Amino acid sequence: MSEAAANGESHGLTIALSKGRILEQTLPLLAAAGIEPAEPPESSRKLVVPTNLAGVRLVIVRASDVPTYVEHGGADLGVAGKDVLMEHGGQGLYEPLDLNIARCRLMVAGEPGADRRPGQLRVATKFVNITRRYYAEQGRQVELIKLYGSMELAPLVGMADLIVDLVDTGNTLRANGLEPLETIAWISSRLVVNKASMKMKHRAIRPLLERLREAVGDEAAAAQA
Amino acid sequence: MNYGPFSKENRWLLPEGVEEVLPPDAARVERLRRALLDAFDGWGYELVMPPTIEFLESLLTGAGHDLDLQTFKLTDQLSGRMMGVRADMTPQAARIDAHKLRRESPTRLCYIGTVLQSRPEGPATSRNPIQIGCELFGHAGVEADIEVVSLMLETLRVAGIGTCHLDLGHVGIFRGLAADAGLNADAENRLWDALQRKAVTEIDEILGALEISAVQRRMLRSLAELSGGVEVLDEANRVLAEAPETVQEAMRALWSIATSLERRQPEVALHFDLGELRGYAYHTGAVFAAFVPGHGEEVARGGRYDQIGRVFGRPRPATGFSADLKTLMVLGETGAAAAPTQGVIQAPWGDDAGLLNAVRALRDAGERVVWLMPGQSSVAGADRELIQQQGQWRVEPL
Repeated sequence: MSEAAANGESHGLTIALSKGRILEQTLPLLAAAGIEPAEPPESSRKLVVPTNLAGVRLVIVRASDVPTYVEHGGADLGVAGKDVLMEHGGQGLYEPLDLNIARCRLMVAGEPGADRRPGQLRVATKFVNITRRYYAEQGRQVELIKLYGSMELAPLVGMADLIVDLVDTGNTLRANGLEPLETIAWISSRLVVNKASMKMKHRAIRPLLERLREAVGDEAAAAQA
Repeated sequence: MNYGPFSKENRWLLPEGVEEVLPPDAARVERLRRALLDAFDGWGYELVMPPTIEFLESLLTGAGHDLDLQTFKLTDQLSGRMMGVRADMTPQAARIDAHKLRRESPTRLCYIGTVLQSRPEGPATSRNPIQIGCELFGHAGVEADIEVVSLMLETLRVAGIGTCHLDLGHVGIFRGLAADAGLNADAENRLWDALQRKAVTEIDEILGALEISAVQRRMLRSLAELSGGVEVLDEANRVLAEAPETVQEAMRALWSIATSLERRQPEVALHFDLGELRGYAYHTGAVFAAFVPGHGEEVARGGRYDQIGRVFGRPRPATGFSADLKTLMVLGETGAAAAPTQGVIQAPWGDDAGLLNAVRALRDAGERVVWLMPGQSSVAGADRELIQQQGQWRVEPL
């Protein structure tokens, strides 16, 4: 039974965020929606950070754990990259808002022409679920190699033909003699919401969603201007 | 720590996601089971006991891919056919109504039993829930939906679950809009998947690639955001004003169910979600689920599924709900599962006729009497004892 779903304050809201780029770009949006952390979460060692609003708190978790926390009800809301959500899979979460932050692409990369080599390709990635689905949909048989970081190294040492990784500027790839070959998906961060929270706390969540949506719209307008 | 493969010897672990219920919880589950079956009986729901295992076609008929994946399968050595261990008893009840009972009038059935699921349904859920549920066959009107929702809420009340939120939706709205827009199966399926996640960005991408009118696109997209309190129904009336008649009909059904429930169950918080499409493969009308604060998943759910009877030889309107008895027991502390205050009387071991008669009389009167084994000085939980005074056996406080 999921005692994990009990998140302490049944009336408050708990928001799961991960340190780094997502946190940095989410805080201005939250501020525009009227939520400011009581202390800077980036430098704090606290895992639970109160905010200026009595019922709202932030919890700081690993990026890839955000969907798990929100799905289990450990947090009502969270911010997670589309890459993390696609890798997590399933329909256990709502993702009602594209925050348009931490944008990049999930790509297949390798030495020029490596994706057209005959025979079974070896693909190194930390996104094994996405990669498996991507090649299965095309009916291509590949061998997956699970890595936790520095994917670019795998083709250089002859361990893999291709890698699947997030690509921002492509500089790291080029510095290692690799190039982007296929785009799997455009990535940005999404606001995710626990399904039961969306139904039971909609009086609190809906207005927050609206304010965040406006804040995202303002950011987009500012970027264009 | 051993870094090799897990040892299979003498650990006596249960398979992942499989649980057993121990004292005193097992007794609580059993008390709740009796109380609920009595309540269902009071509403005129007849108990059926379908088999744990049956041929796969019967179990999976009309139920879709999800149930297929969730069903443990094995080969019947007698017939060579595939059998499945039931993962859901609803199709069994539908088969019994359509094929075995063959009544014309509304038929109310209830059931309880262990089901097995090859994959847990949600995070931290059991793979062997004890499913308890009710199905009402033979009436297509909203009255059947209202009765079933009311009985679902009554089930939670008997279980001692005080506050609950009721989530209401209607799959006919999405189905009608999808048919009106002429979506092919693939587009409908991708849109359904995105709607289940209210993933607005993806919904826009999918709709943007389809050749449908701007109105159709706007109406399909609106489903992702039509969720909230009763005001959602007003909003839906406005946003979906140009929707085809089947959609209008579905909205009217939802409206009358909500109005009636507000009169019958004013204490229940109603929530509407027109994008809620769980069980889309087999549901055909109103769908509903009950949520409890602090519990991340629904505790009971159900909906209308008018098509399943057809494959069993007779199309029958059908609606029903089910829940996991173990979840109800855990969440409802003060309900029917709560332990009675009755204590334990300990009795010394013996063959004396007076003693045997006294024990029998006490047990007949509903007391719990436990024999002390020779060498045992007291029985756990005993608050009274049987002792002999002047040739008479009496109950004295300990």
